[in-house]
Amino acid sequence: MEKLLALLSENARLTPAQLAAMLDTTQEKVNEAIEQYEKQGVIKGYRALIDWEKVDQNKVTALIELKVVPKPDRGFDEVADRVMSFDEVESVYLMSGGYDLAVIVHGKSMQEVALFVMNRLAALDSVVSTATHFILTRYKDGGVVLHSGEDKDQRTGCVW
Amino acid sequence: MIDYQSVMNQQLQSLKPSGIRKFFDIASEMDDVISLSIGEPDFSTPWHVRQAGIQTLEKGKTWYSPNRGFMELRQEICKWVARKYQVEYDPATDVVVTVGGSEAIDASLRSLVNPGDEVLIPEPSFVCYVPLAQMAGGVPVILETKAENDFRLTAEELRAKITPKTKVLVLPFPNNPTGAVMRREHLEEIAAVVKEHNLMVISDEIYSELTYGDTPHVSFAAIDGMKERTILINGFSKAYAMTGWRLGFAMGPTAIIAQMTKLHQYGIMSAPTMSQYAAIEALKNGDDDIEEMRSQYDMRRRLIVDGLNSLGLTCFEPEGAFYVFPCIKSSGLSSEEFCERLIYAEKVAIVPGNAFGDCGEGFARVAYSNSIPNITEALKRIERFLGTLK
Repeated sequence: MEKLLALLSENARLTPAQLAAMLDTTQEKVNEAIEQYEKQGVIKGYRALIDWEKVDQNKVTALIELKVVPKPDRGFDEVADRVMSFDEVESVYLMSGGYDLAVIVHGKSMQEVALFVMNRLAALDSVVSTATHFILTRYKDGGVVLHSGEDKDQRTGCVW
Repeated sequence: MIDYQSVMNQQLQSLKPSGIRKFFDIASEMDDVISLSIGEPDFSTPWHVRQAGIQTLEKGKTWYSPNRGFMELRQEICKWVARKYQVEYDPATDVVVTVGGSEAIDASLRSLVNPGDEVLIPEPSFVCYVPLAQMAGGVPVILETKAENDFRLTAEELRAKITPKTKVLVLPFPNNPTGAVMRREHLEEIAAVVKEHNLMVISDEIYSELTYGDTPHVSFAAIDGMKERTILINGFSKAYAMTGWRLGFAMGPTAIIAQMTKLHQYGIMSAPTMSQYAAIEALKNGDDDIEEMRSQYDMRRRLIVDGLNSLGLTCFEPEGAFYVFPCIKSSGLSSEEFCERLIYAEKVAIVPGNAFGDCGEGFARVAYSNSIPNITEALKRIERFLGTLK
């Protein structure tokens, strides 16, 4: 049923009947499998992929690099818990390489994001340093191409 | 003022233009059209194959190739056909690399047909066999395949049309537009008749790698005694999503390939050089790409067959290519009316079945070489359209 997950991750609006047809199984089995995945926490939820820039010109997103001092007993978990508790924070990743935590932050303006980094993130006692990178344009997000002039079917040749 | 009709070839002028083009032209003028009329993959050529093409340009390998195609490519083609279909050919003498499968079809017919020879052509089928047979001086004789036989050619249908003038049988399976395939047992029945009546066969197996179900495609040349009677045609367009590279090949008895090579040499010179280098990469390292695309097509195939059947547009389960051929008779419309009203009302482009031969009337070709969101949206629109007919 891994194909089921692949199909849902591309398009969660396919009906159980359509999924069953594609996977050559029954609707009941599809429903059962989805329920199982939901219970096990494999499927965490369903959401729309939105190009917010089309709706709200003022939305700003930044990637913040944090260098932190891990706690002797809880490592990076404690500071990660603290960072992800903020509503402004969309994602938190522990990274290999030159810094420790990658944090994706949303705000209404660059200033708002800057203030959030200064007052909230930099202020945490295990945070050693921050570097803020504003996202200028999203070309592709969540596997979906957002900015491209090539939406139209380009197959214009023969029709055999 | 020159009377152009009088200076041009009469046979050529008498050919009918293809009926597919019309619906495609309507579709290309509209916005928000979902075109399920296009007979080519929606995938781009796999990146490593494109890269091989790019590299030849970077290195300046922009010269002609040998007439038959590069030896390395012919060797890889022979290995591929032996590996996939268990038929052995000599790369030095039994293969010619052509500009798409189409050139191979044309050259095959012109190599075999003498004026007045009858060429048996199953329909519904790809639109080029009849005109090319006519241009070769042959007389096309149509074999109508039927929905109740899942559009397979039967030995009885074949036998019924054989005359003392019959020379060649064209075998277009997996079939465009019906999606029909011929399994080993069906091919063996045909082979018996071919042998009995001493026919030659042009087996156009361009969709061979897009065969669904548990058993893989069986080549007609792999049937006992048929290799010596068969020109096997295949290519890169469908299996590797390489339509625009224009590369195919013909394999067959040494004597025939020698004559076909003459035609190719005088008319074409050689197939595009960079396409040949890309094709070598495809044959060597492209098995996974084929499998990935095939599994995508397979899911779409099930989705669309299930969807159309539940709308009352019944279709038998196609086992090859990327087409479904639903019966639209329940709508009370002709194929042309159905497709024309559908595109204007709901902006879904499909092709009337009669574009592939008169016996395609009452059916339509729906190509599922399109994305799952587009297919589900098209099904919704078709449902809405059918609702307005009641």
